[in-house]
This record gives sequence, structure tokens and C-alpha cells, in this order.
Amino acid sequence: MDLMQILGIIIPTAIFAAAPLILTALGGVFSERSGVVNIGLEGLMMMGAFVGAVFTFYGETWGFGGASPWFSFVVAILLGAIFSLLHAVASITFRADQVVSGVALNFLAAGLTIFLVKKIFDAGQTPYLNERIFKSDVPILSDIPIIGPLLFGKAYVTSYVAIALAVVVWFVIYKTPFGLRLRSVGEHPMAADTMGINVTKMRYIAVMLSGAFAGLGGAVYATSISGNFTHSTIAGQGFMALAAMIFGKWHPLGALGAALFFGLAQSLSITGQQIPFLKEIPYVFLLISPYVLTILALAGFVGRADAPKAIGKPYEKGKR
Amino acid sequence: MKLQQILFKLSVPVIAVALALLVGGILMLTSGYDPFEAYYALFSVLFTDSYFIGETIRQMTPLILSGLAVAFAFRTGLFNIGVEGQLLVGWLASVYVGIAVEGVPAFIHVPLAILAGALAGGLWGLVPGYLKARFKVHEVITTIMMNYVALHVTNSIIRSYLLAPGERTEEIQPSASLSSMFLQEITDFSRLHYGIVVAILAAILMWYILWKTTTGYELRAVGFNQHASDYAGINVSKNIVLSMVISGGFAGVAGAMEGLGTYQYMTINAAFTGVGFDGIAVALLGANSAIGIILAAALFGGLKIGALNMQAVAQVPPELITIVIALIIFFVASSYLVHWLRNRINKRGKI
Repeated sequence: MDLMQILGIIIPTAIFAAAPLILTALGGVFSERSGVVNIGLEGLMMMGAFVGAVFTFYGETWGFGGASPWFSFVVAILLGAIFSLLHAVASITFRADQVVSGVALNFLAAGLTIFLVKKIFDAGQTPYLNERIFKSDVPILSDIPIIGPLLFGKAYVTSYVAIALAVVVWFVIYKTPFGLRLRSVGEHPMAADTMGINVTKMRYIAVMLSGAFAGLGGAVYATSISGNFTHSTIAGQGFMALAAMIFGKWHPLGALGAALFFGLAQSLSITGQQIPFLKEIPYVFLLISPYVLTILALAGFVGRADAPKAIGKPYEKGKR
Repeated sequence: MKLQQILFKLSVPVIAVALALLVGGILMLTSGYDPFEAYYALFSVLFTDSYFIGETIRQMTPLILSGLAVAFAFRTGLFNIGVEGQLLVGWLASVYVGIAVEGVPAFIHVPLAILAGALAGGLWGLVPGYLKARFKVHEVITTIMMNYVALHVTNSIIRSYLLAPGERTEEIQPSASLSSMFLQEITDFSRLHYGIVVAILAAILMWYILWKTTTGYELRAVGFNQHASDYAGINVSKNIVLSMVISGGFAGVAGAMEGLGTYQYMTINAAFTGVGFDGIAVALLGANSAIGIILAAALFGGLKIGALNMQAVAQVPPELITIVIALIIFFVASSYLVHWLRNRINKRGKI
């Protein structure tokens, strides 16, 4: 097996596996940059995957055809944002511990999604979807020699949407007044408040954006990778996205890179058995590599990762 | 403590549980189930049926221990979300000792296996504790990451070295087992085992360490104010590491209870057991106190086991209870709301 063949297996699967992680990690960037820890990404993603599977299914029955997944994405974005309001209300308005509130969100999503699936479909899982996001060659770009087939051949459109959104989020956070305000609220809310920025409003917007992105991430997972929704569809992807965001140092493009890298680790743990020298490595090392690397990054062995200054602290007006 | 203070302390968890059950009831009503029938089915068996009582006590055992683990770290100002992972390594270590050590009497073998679980869990807690003390890495993230490392590593160890037919390890020696024919017989053949004794002893131990020893005083001082503790000559780093190790130790014993009591073996887990995350809810509702944790574990254990009867009688999916537990966490965490309401009432109409 030559190098091109090996890359031809690894790279497309990596990009494919990374898409939901990229989207969810971007959501995490919004929330945490505004100073709100979001452990609830897992639950938000679960909600998104549920909505993605259910509304793609309904889209099919309502005759939306190939547009059904895209219809479900819109619903997942909206419902993700609404669902994340619970986290926002508890942790911003009622000053609950943000980690606790996030944990509660995960519990709630795990219970509510399966409760509703059983109610709607009378079974433990949704039916398999016919209309999914399928592989296709990207026109023109896939004709580029060597890198064309690797990066753009037999690929999922959603992966490119995710990568493009990462650039958009970078632009929004670093190049617009909104992004500056968002970051200032996460670094020093009192200073931001003094300058007339509404801290509570900014944090609500940030948490809802994280819900929207994580919802989309979950829906993309359901419609491209799993093809239905069960209790084990989202099992740790949200936490892996959280890890990607931290490994990417709370930066949208860093999160993109980390998510792609974690996608690579995942794809290696699946396809590694086909590749000569990787067969020697026990695949448990590939499975745990994203988590170990994140710990190392936080400890400062792989570049220092510093969280936004005001993260985890509820803002109380007038309190020093 | 004055009666009024006790009542006020109780008000937040009681109101939270009541509100959560109410919202759960509304959810059932809107999805076409009968909430009265469902709740009656859930709670009545917990007091009348000996099988359900036995299963509830069995379910309580790991919940108490994981609640203690979360609460112990919380007293030092640390948030241990890694109970899940510490539980898994503790489970594996205790089962390994239960299988590998042969020809020793039960009064040595059982404590040895439990100790192995505690050590493994403590070791798993040591890593985030050390990273927090030495590099100021936030323990929430490292413990989450350590959970996944534990999941994959324990699975891989079982698959490579301890595999028996059925995606699990061999059964442990009878001399390491906590299960009891007597307890099973009096509870209509539930899986009740002696683990509950271990859990209650652990709760007493936690209370003793925290409130009756110098170490406990230091641990709590660090939890209140690190800078003040440092100024008073308390070694903050040492206490952070110690707190995480002891916390992980409790979690490891929770795993040992599953291995030596409920199952007698360890399975390859596709996903987490959930006991560790439930421990967060238990600790929160129990206000991080030993007695509160036992009561909260009884409630959650009862809800989880009663849910099975609720499903059988009223056809309500047991996931409803997960929703209720999530709502309890939300309402307890938002206790600011209760305080705020109380202040409003106090100002207006003097109650």
C-alpha cells in the first residue's frame, strides 16, 4: 500500500468525522469567550442530533426529499438555541454554578430526547433516514491533481460548511464590534459594564449561539454519520468538542485545527488496522490521544492554554 | 443548630424536589400519561414491595459513595466530575484482586479488594489533583478527559488480559464477594448485597475526616479561602492533591461495590455507567453533608428503581426520572431564586 492510498483513506475520514466536532467546538468558543462555562455542549449536541433525526424523517414524509436534512438543520439551530436558554437562565440570571447547570442540561437532554423518541416512535430509536448527507465530489476543486481527490473527492458538503463557519466565527469574534464586546465581557465584565456594554445580554446571546452551533453539530452527526438517533448516538462527542475548543486555546481557528486533529485520531482508530505501521500501535492509544493531548496542553506541555479571565464567575452588578 | 436554621436548610432541596416532580407531572400530562397513576406506581412499591426495597438499597450503595466523592472534593473547593472514570478503574482493580488472589479467607480478601478499588480510584484522582496544584489546570476539564481515558483503558485491559465469554471478565472468587444469600432471600431475590454497610461506613468516615481531624479542618479551610489558608501556614497544594486522592478513593470504592457486590465481574462498557454523574446530583441535593448524601441517594435510588414499576403499570418511559433528576439539579443550583423569593416575602409580609 503506497502513501497516496493511505492518505486517501485517512484524510477524507478525518474531515468527515471532524465536522460535528468543529461546529460544536465553535459554539463552545462563543459561550466560553463570554465567560460562561458550557459543559452542556454534550446535551445540546444530543438535542441537535435528536432534532436532526426526527425532522429529517418528517421532512421525508412531508415530501421535502433531498432538502430534508437541511430543513432539519434549521430546526436544530433554532431548538438548540432555545434549549440552551435553560443554561443561560440558570447560570446568568439565577447565578447557578455554571458547571452544575451544564451537567443538569446534559441529564435533561439525555432524558428528554429518549422520552420523546419513545413517545413519538414507540421504540427506543428513530427509524433510519433515507435522505442523508451523502458523499459527493466537489466540482472543479476535486480535479486538482494530488490534493484534489484527497481534500475534495468523495466528501461531505457539511464538512466544508463547518470549515467555512470556523472562518466566519473567527471574523465575527476578532474583527467586529460584537466580537470585541463578547471577548471583553468574558475577560473583565465590570470594565465592560462601565463602558456601557450590557453584560447579561451579551452572555445570553453567546450561550444561545453555542446552543445553535451545538444543535447544528448534533444534527450534522445524525444525518451524516449515524443515520438515526438512539440513546448512544451522542456518547462523548460534546465533551470531545469541549476538549477541541480548549486544545485550540479558545480560538475559532485553533478549535478548527484541534477538531480536525481529533477527527484524524478517530479515523485512525477506525481505519488504523488497514495501515501497515499503525497496526503495531494498540488502538487504545489512538482512542485516548485526544483526551491525553488536551490534558498535556492544559498543563503547558503542548503550548500554554489560558482560559478567558472571568470564566465561570456569575457577574453581579456593583459587586467588587 | 436552631430549628429555624435546619428548616431553612431543608427548604431548598424540598422545594426543588417538589417543583421537579410537578414539572415531571405536567410533562406526563401533556404527553398523554396519567401522572397520578404513574407517581403512585413509582412510590407505593418503594414502601410495600420487598424486592423493590432491596433493589433500592442496592442502587443507593454506589450512589452514596459517588456522592461522597463529589462532596469531599467540593469541601476543598474542587469539582470532581471524574468520579465516573475513578469508579471504572476502581471497579477493574477490585475485580482483578477478586479474581487473581486465591486461597485467602473472606475477612482478608474482601477488604483487600475494596482497598485495591480505593487505591486505583485515588490514583486516578491524583492526576487532576497534581495538575491543579502544580500547574493550576482546572480540574473540571482534566477530570472529564480522565473519564474517557479510564473508559478506553479499562476496556482495553479487559479485552487484552481478562476476557471471558460475554464481553466481560471472569467472575470473582466467592471469598471476595459481597453478595449474600440471606439478604437476597429476605428481599424476594433482589441483588441486595453487603455493600450498603461499606457505603454507610464510608459516609461516617467522610464526616469524621472532615469534622474531627486536623487534616479535615485544613481541607475545609482551603475550600473556603485558598489565600487565607496559605497565609495561615496551610499547604494549599498538598491539600488539593490530598482532597482529589481521597475523593477518587471514595469513587473507586463505588466501583468496587459494583464489581464485588452487584455484578461479581466487570463488563466491557460501551458508555459510562452514569453513577458518577448521578453522584453530582446526590452531593448537590445532599448539600455535601454525609447524612444529606445518604438521604439524597435514597431518593434517587428510589426514583430510579420505582421508575421500573412506573413503566410497567403506567407505561411511562423511565427516562422521565432522568428528566426529574435534571430538574432537581437545576432548581437546587438556582437556589438564588429561592433566596430571592424569601427576601421578597420577608420584606413585604413578614413571615
